[in-house]
Amino acid sequence: MALLQIAEPGESTAPHQHRLAVGIDLGTTNSLVATVKSGVAEVLLNHDGNKLTPSVVRYFADGRCEVGAKPKAEQADDPANTIVSVKRFMGRGMADVAKYGTLPYKFVDAPGMVKIETVAGVKSPVDVSAEILKVLRVHGEDALAGELVGAVITVPAYFDDAQRQATKDAARLAGINVLRLLNEPTAAAIAYGLDNASEGTFAVFDLGGGTFDISILRLTRGIFEVLATNGDSALGGDDFDQAIAAHWRRLHGLVGADQKDMRRLLMAARAVKEQLTTTEEAATEIHLSYGQTLKVKLGRAEFHSLTSHLVDRTLLPVKKALRDAKLGIDDIAGVVMVGGATRMTHVQSAVNAFFARPLLNNVDPDKVVALGAAIQANVLAGNKTGEDMLLLDVIPLSLGLETMGGLVEKVIPRNSTIPVARAQEFTTFKDGQTAMVIHVVQGERELVKDCRSLARFTLRDIPPMVAGAARIRVAFQVDADGMVSVSAQELVSGVMAQIDVKPSYGLTDAEIASMLQASFTHAGADAEARVLAEARTDASRLIEAASAAMRIDPELLTVDESVAITDGILALGRVSEAADPRAIKAAIERLSTATESFAAKRMDKSVSAALTGKSLAELR
Amino acid sequence: MTPAFTIDVAALDIAYREVQREVHPDRFATASDAEKRLAAQWATQANGAYRTLKSPLNRGRYLLQLSGIDTEEERNTAMPLEFLVQQMEWREAVVEAKAAKDDAKLAQLATDQRSEEKQLFAKLAEQLASKVSMPGARETVRKLRFLEKLGEEIDIAAEEIES
Repeated sequence: MALLQIAEPGESTAPHQHRLAVGIDLGTTNSLVATVKSGVAEVLLNHDGNKLTPSVVRYFADGRCEVGAKPKAEQADDPANTIVSVKRFMGRGMADVAKYGTLPYKFVDAPGMVKIETVAGVKSPVDVSAEILKVLRVHGEDALAGELVGAVITVPAYFDDAQRQATKDAARLAGINVLRLLNEPTAAAIAYGLDNASEGTFAVFDLGGGTFDISILRLTRGIFEVLATNGDSALGGDDFDQAIAAHWRRLHGLVGADQKDMRRLLMAARAVKEQLTTTEEAATEIHLSYGQTLKVKLGRAEFHSLTSHLVDRTLLPVKKALRDAKLGIDDIAGVVMVGGATRMTHVQSAVNAFFARPLLNNVDPDKVVALGAAIQANVLAGNKTGEDMLLLDVIPLSLGLETMGGLVEKVIPRNSTIPVARAQEFTTFKDGQTAMVIHVVQGERELVKDCRSLARFTLRDIPPMVAGAARIRVAFQVDADGMVSVSAQELVSGVMAQIDVKPSYGLTDAEIASMLQASFTHAGADAEARVLAEARTDASRLIEAASAAMRIDPELLTVDESVAITDGILALGRVSEAADPRAIKAAIERLSTATESFAAKRMDKSVSAALTGKSLAELR
Repeated sequence: MTPAFTIDVAALDIAYREVQREVHPDRFATASDAEKRLAAQWATQANGAYRTLKSPLNRGRYLLQLSGIDTEEERNTAMPLEFLVQQMEWREAVVEAKAAKDDAKLAQLATDQRSEEKQLFAKLAEQLASKVSMPGARETVRKLRFLEKLGEEIDIAAEEIES
């Protein structure tokens, strides 16, 4: 509990109960769920007894769907209704999806994000991802035999705000309380760093099925500080499969292959690609429609020359990240390799040649992200781990506003450590202008049309003034979750407008609630009991923490504060006896407000103690 | 710490991490909403302060601001002619090197940019320490802003040549 942590780190106050929380790696190809048991992170098994659940969803005409190994194996039977690599469509529009080449789906254009027409109806990538997450949630709950407090879900570091929102929406649809969206390379660094007790500056090279990230982190006494991140959210192992499949199509004259054969080609390409990580040559047979059997083979050298342009594409973001971190190759102690696609030998040799450093892959590149997420979930669920672990992450892409002429004015530059807040003043363009459109965009390019539009809102009732006289202060805030909110205020008159940035397809809370209601037929009594139990736990945690804080720092309390907090504790204790969760929550809020000034003083005290109480040598 | 332009950056890094260790919202995962808000405010402030103090240019601006001097970088464009001519020449050289995909030329420009920047920072340190040459310090900050922009353009050009 926070109030106590300040004075006595490591001592647990709350009722001695372990809160069940998991880390979920929602991957392009495979997904995993992991948790911390007795201080050790481990991947949980799914119903098939496997650690990896293929991120494949097949829809049926009766509205049913299947997730995992079975639909993956059967994907060539029904390509149009078997969605693979859905992560590549999250938060993406028609134009983005077109870049992935021919795909067997019937895409439907929709504001903000494409949808897919299936036999079970039109599904958005959020719906499809929610099906995967539901299965993972159930695996987690079954393996841990209990209800989850929440989950940390990983996303590529280079995901933009729309892709993050889409992931969060999918989790909420799956009935998961999201403790945090965590960047995949950061998660990997946690698992790797804690496992190896590493200190220094590391690069995490994360090439997954559909996304590429590079992050530069500094590890100091349990603090993981992201210095810079970069990447390409549309580059991954899938592109290597596509390159092989395209090569075979040309070679064997399969120009007009149907969708089922295309899938078979891709599956064969993946199998061959994986084999080539250990052998010099690989071959397989493809059973095409109409009974034809195609024998295909590929040598390692040929594979490398077919795909060397893809490997080259990873190095540009690496250079950018180093430049942003103001570091050279010599500053990097080691390179942590993450993601199944880093098993390809030419990827390894390219990274090795670039950094001239040992590649660190002693934690399984498929599991390291899920393990790191589990460790962070354990911290955020309030289970003390004993380790003083803290993450300082960054936003991957700059945030800005549209100004005259379709230009972008950056307000928060990329790689700013979050939480972050920054404001900038703008003015009116025309005489007598009474409204101003605030268009929030994300990206590095100078023109609005080349960046991603996040939100648009209007500041009204600006008093008429000559052009340039109004002073409009636009403030950006990004919280520790990386979520953006923007407010605008005209300083002369004080009129204000504010928005939490949500992409246009974003689901409202009410929509999510009704969708959840529909999916849980047995909501009702169980849910109420759970809400009550949670409220009581929160109440007892707060009472213990507040009492302990009063014992530890009585000299910081004024008489009034002391009276108000004691009253609050007694009132909350009484209310907790009754079965009204709303009353408990209200009493929690009252006590929490009563402790506010006291908590602020304690925080001041702990900060000054941190800065002056110890010598520098001790801190080092 | 006493306000000064020349600081111990390693000590700043350590102090920053120690403050975040105390105030970061993740340390308050199960705390009340009031405390979470407080933690978020503190962590935001710590990040802002660190950003200001870590970059020498931001630090210089901040010290001038503490002495009540606005650097007027947006409005005041009156700069010595000689300096402006040099800047224009450099910018043109960057554009030419980019067009010719001339890595070596760009690397040379980056070296020149860094050495000029280094000289100006040394000058700024002197001016800020002396207290009497604050208007001079203001001009040096404005010059450094030009050089920062030049550095960004060199980086962008280098990226375009690479890709």
